Amino acid sequence: MAMNDDQIKRYSRHILLPEVGGKGQKKITNAKVFVVGAGGLGSPVALYLAAAGVGTLGIIDGDLVDLSNLQRQVIHHTSDVARPKIDSAREKIVALNPDVRVVSFHDRLTAKNALDLVQGFDLIVDGTDNFPTKFLINDTAIFARKPLIHAGILRFSGQVMTILPGTSACYRCLFKAPPPAGMIPSCQEAGVLGALAGVIGSIQATEALKLILGVGRPLTDRLLTYDALTTRFRNVAIRRNPACPVCSDHPTITQLVDYEQEVCRTA
Amino acid sequence: MNVKLNGKPEQVDQTTVLELLRARNIEPQMVSVEHNLKILDKDHFATTPLHEGDSIEFLYYMGGGG
Repeated sequence: MAMNDDQIKRYSRHILLPEVGGKGQKKITNAKVFVVGAGGLGSPVALYLAAAGVGTLGIIDGDLVDLSNLQRQVIHHTSDVARPKIDSAREKIVALNPDVRVVSFHDRLTAKNALDLVQGFDLIVDGTDNFPTKFLINDTAIFARKPLIHAGILRFSGQVMTILPGTSACYRCLFKAPPPAGMIPSCQEAGVLGALAGVIGSIQATEALKLILGVGRPLTDRLLTYDALTTRFRNVAIRRNPACPVCSDHPTITQLVDYEQEVCRTA
Repeated sequence: MNVKLNGKPEQVDQTTVLELLRARNIEPQMVSVEHNLKILDKDHFATTPLHEGDSIEFLYYMGGGG
């Protein structure tokens, strides 16, 4: 499908980049990205991917907008308080870029629905706020063989890692299982700097666009860590773990599991 | 002995990964430990010896994002 004049103007700063051009912009237009969570990370991810012209954005979130979300969840406005996050998010995305088709689910990701939901999408972005879902998303990505951009934040720190199933280290190569319940404080208990979500979410959106375009070197086999207090980024080299319970040659996890524990709920 | 801990050269007296975690007041359940590019099983923290020049990364769980 050829771009019309408005689209050529809208995406002109992308098209100017030799690494993107008209061809790359078409790849973005044809891309289908599934964003789990329309919160702190999901806000910048969804907004930047929508602005970039990602053709289909899937968004799942079962929560309502809470006043305490607005310090960091920039896709939601004061007038959205008490509305479903997916309705609020869809409205902003369409207002920003009517080219984007939004497929939204007012639901939580579970072991039951995960594989069905991600089918039909090219890649997954983790914008969730709890360990059970982070592990569930990792396993879903491995089983569905979909690239995943993982991230987590807490207080003044964040981490990001791109996972190419079967090719690069996965989240369970690093962390075999969720921490014992109550061991790690949640953002709700420990706080999080709002702008940190913007930094980490924007990196996730960038990595998603790199994968879509097939440019540069993806953030694979590395854990990017960011400490806002010292303004230090680090790349920690990670190798695939031959004893990984889910992505090794002899996995002990062969189907999706729902962990009970809840960490860092937003509402 | 001299090791690289989270990318920084440090001098440590401890002889195992578990001793090093304890000395730094880090609860072993709260971290993953990468020792010379290998992610250690938590059961092996106590039995993994530290040597001069080792590279150790403490990788912390971060569950937030909402």
